[in-house]
Amino acid sequence: MGRQLDRPLMIVILALASFGIVVLYSAGQTDTPTNADGVWLRQLVWLGIGLVAAAVVYRTSFRLLEWAAPWAYVLGLLLLLLTVVGFGSGGEGSAASTSSWLTVGGVRLGQPVELAKIATILMLARWFTARREPPTTLRGLVPPIMIAGVPAMLVMAQPDLGSAIVFAGILFATLFWAGVPPSLLLLLVSPVISLLLAWSTALWSVWMVVLFLLLLIWRPFLFEAIGIYLANSAMGMAAMVVWGKMAPHQQARILSFLNPEAYRSGSGYQIIQSKVAIGSGGWFGSGFTHGTQKRSGYIPEHWTDFVFAVVGEEFGFVGVMLALGLFMTLFFILIRIARRASDPYASIVIFGVVGLLFTHVFENVGMTIQIMPITGIPLPFFSYGGSFMLLIALAMGLAFRASGEARSSGYVES
Amino acid sequence: MSAFGSWELARRSSAARWTLLLAFAVLGGGFFRAQILQSAQYRLTSANNRMRAIPISAPRGEIVDRNGLLIAENFPGYSVRLMASREDSLRAVVARLDSLIPSDSIDADAVIARWRSARHIPALVFGSSDFAVVATLEEHRAVLPGLVVQAEPRRRYPGGATVGHLVGYVSEVNPAELEDQLKFPGASMGDIVGKLGLEVEYDSILRGQNGVQFVEVTARGHMVREQGIDRTIRPVAGRTITTTIDLPLQRFVDSMWQADLPGMRGALLAMRPNGEILAYYSTPAYDPNDWVGGISTANFRALTSNPDKPLINRVISGRYPPASPFKLAVAAMGLKRGLITSTTRMAVPCTGAYQFGNRRFRCWKRDGGHGSLDLTGAIATSCDVYFYQLGLMLGEEAIFEDGTAMGFNSRSDIDLDPALEQRSVFPSSLKSYVNSRGVNWWSRGEILNLSIGQGNNAQTLVNMTAFYAALAGDGVKRAPYLVRPRPGAAEHDLGLTPAQLQSLRDAMAAVVNTGTAGRSGGRELRMAGKTGTGQVTGQEDMAWFLGFAPVEASEIIVGMLVEEGLHGSWIAPHVARTIRRWILGPDNPAVRAPVDLPITEELVPLDSAPPPPDTVIAPPPVIGIN
Repeated sequence: MGRQLDRPLMIVILALASFGIVVLYSAGQTDTPTNADGVWLRQLVWLGIGLVAAAVVYRTSFRLLEWAAPWAYVLGLLLLLLTVVGFGSGGEGSAASTSSWLTVGGVRLGQPVELAKIATILMLARWFTARREPPTTLRGLVPPIMIAGVPAMLVMAQPDLGSAIVFAGILFATLFWAGVPPSLLLLLVSPVISLLLAWSTALWSVWMVVLFLLLLIWRPFLFEAIGIYLANSAMGMAAMVVWGKMAPHQQARILSFLNPEAYRSGSGYQIIQSKVAIGSGGWFGSGFTHGTQKRSGYIPEHWTDFVFAVVGEEFGFVGVMLALGLFMTLFFILIRIARRASDPYASIVIFGVVGLLFTHVFENVGMTIQIMPITGIPLPFFSYGGSFMLLIALAMGLAFRASGEARSSGYVES
Repeated sequence: MSAFGSWELARRSSAARWTLLLAFAVLGGGFFRAQILQSAQYRLTSANNRMRAIPISAPRGEIVDRNGLLIAENFPGYSVRLMASREDSLRAVVARLDSLIPSDSIDADAVIARWRSARHIPALVFGSSDFAVVATLEEHRAVLPGLVVQAEPRRRYPGGATVGHLVGYVSEVNPAELEDQLKFPGASMGDIVGKLGLEVEYDSILRGQNGVQFVEVTARGHMVREQGIDRTIRPVAGRTITTTIDLPLQRFVDSMWQADLPGMRGALLAMRPNGEILAYYSTPAYDPNDWVGGISTANFRALTSNPDKPLINRVISGRYPPASPFKLAVAAMGLKRGLITSTTRMAVPCTGAYQFGNRRFRCWKRDGGHGSLDLTGAIATSCDVYFYQLGLMLGEEAIFEDGTAMGFNSRSDIDLDPALEQRSVFPSSLKSYVNSRGVNWWSRGEILNLSIGQGNNAQTLVNMTAFYAALAGDGVKRAPYLVRPRPGAAEHDLGLTPAQLQSLRDAMAAVVNTGTAGRSGGRELRMAGKTGTGQVTGQEDMAWFLGFAPVEASEIIVGMLVEEGLHGSWIAPHVARTIRRWILGPDNPAVRAPVDLPITEELVPLDSAPPPPDTVIAPPPVIGIN
């Protein structure tokens, strides 16, 4: 076929995957029994399976993917629905009340949310490509919001707040890359901003004034402007109602994010121990496998959600910068591929992948040092998990395909 | 699709890259703050998280006798402690531990209390010398999170009950003792400290300084490794104290007592004229080994409910009417004041009683009396009538003044816990007598009672023996000591000339040669001494004998008392045997000779005076054990 593998992409993926395996190996080296024992080997197996999956995707044209997108999307929704209606169960170490795993006859088959994420990206890209112009009105945004919103609602029902945020990340990435005006995006997120600012009446009041001015300047349709303003008002007032509707473990996570010391023995424990592990790493860390917080079992979920705390403790600031640098390089390469893609469909898909991965990285890494609340979503290449590893592999297969198509089509950016 | 024109794409890529850069800068800043700026603080938290300081007990100093024989030693034992982060988990582990070693009853509440008082250090569960117990626990370590088993030297007293009242015992310090900063300076919760006897008096020397060992523990409280030796603070061993005790003599006294006076309550104190104590014996006693590592409830109940009160240290804590041995004090007062000499006779010869006013004070020898006696004869025969008249010659103020000067109303200041030594009782003045007992009790007849060691007079064995040591030596009453004289201890000069002292010693030699202790077997030892029989209303008589030898240059002074209705002359032979054992050594056949049984009787005239109900002095006080 004459396509070449994207060499920089290959190098950065290999580097991240190796780093991830090395950290998982260390995660298993503890003085107290944990479930992390030997996960690095299982992760290697998943990596091998992922390689096959990526190779298959790499051989698949984007046309076929575009055709298959609705089917994959519907399948993803159905599987998510199954987890919600009784075929779901909690994962190891996660809250028992959740049901993110598709479980049939007691056998946990996988996390459908990972399929739903990639299917949603494919579906959104298909919807945008079918339009000649990007939507310029809020009403025009309703279909893509529905495409991302339905799976998001289903995972919220599991309940899995973290994954729901990932769908929001995917949606905004694709909207942005499809060319939706930034002002429209801002108006779209304005109710969320209103919700977040509702804790301070003064700030919220300022925001409402600013929003009013923005609506005057950008001049959307009148009924849309009124709708947005009403939505903002309602969010500000509904904050308490929304709070009351949250599951207790979600409330606890948000409260402990705001003040972990007050929740030292409960959900605050995780964030404190994670920060202690990372902080004690210093410049160069305590050395491979020598992290004492990890060894003694003080870091919760140190092979899944909090695996980055092991990086921070054992490899220090230098190791953290290396990992974040690799991620950033990966994102820059993916942006480059999206920009040079031979057709808009591939371009949007790849940028959707950027949105997906970035949301995961920022949320997961951010929560380990209390920049983000704890939501329990995995870190690409590092966290142990089969379904998620397959998702990453598929996404990378898409990236290689898109990169190869761009090269083989002779499209070169001047 | 204009949205995917190359200029549009370049603009959006640029915006996306800047957004990413910003987001990663936020993350990087967060890590820089945590890992670089606040790293020291987090490192400390991390260390505190998993490091536990476990005290390493300092070996306690040994206690040896004058020849280096062991009175208190250490032997290998184990302490079992638990670390815990929460009370309920500690309780669960204690319960599990209890079920693993059924023979030991573990006081869960005491463990919890120890843990509460110092949560960061492992709480002591129990101490054991049984390796099998420790092995069982080690086997089950997996289900006993936070288990710390340490080698810990344990106290042992080879002499057992023989030295019980002498050494006291050791036990874990209690919170009340810790509150008093001066009592056990530097001690902290869980430390083993001395209780009673030499162990508490010399605790600061014996205790040493505990070390600290750091161990790393997991989130569940399992110990994972010990830190390197460089992090360990070595304990400083306590120092050995050498006592003046002669352990073979102490053992001899015990075996003699158990053979000849089985089950009888009493005490014996042997000392040298300079104050060194050779034997310190009180019976019944407790076995100090029973207290090490915590006394069992059954044992403790047996000790406290025993009517013979084995917890009372009868050398320093029991007060008794001194009776006839006090006549030497009255004689010394007369000599010192120049009222009499050794040859002075009293106006009224002894006819078995003395008429004072309308009351008749009897002599112990009722049938015919002693006749006319000089001082030497009166001491030898312990004639009450002679001392009635000497007392009247002195008058109450002189008796009170001289008695005080001779230390009869103070402590002996022996180097044992002053809180345990009872202050002897003797009026310091007529005013104090009246103040303490009420004016109605005073009559000149009371002088007669005081003259023969009855009345408001209660002495400890140690105080009386110290007085006799002064008579046997240079006339200065000094504080007896077991290790070294108590700093600042009072000295009481009897105020007698060497000739006067010699005359009193000659009289006491006559007691042994021809008098009330005539068949004690002390004659060939050139022993001198004085018998006595004290009366306490409502109780059996108690016997005294205080003796020393050889009379011209004493090497040893022995004071002995028995509570059990015996008379002084009955116990004089035991004092003689003790002295013989010391002077002739253990190998002399005479030491093993059986005790001659007694002879002469000496009884205080029961009907001599209508003794006021509380001439009964101070019933032997009950001391607490802590």
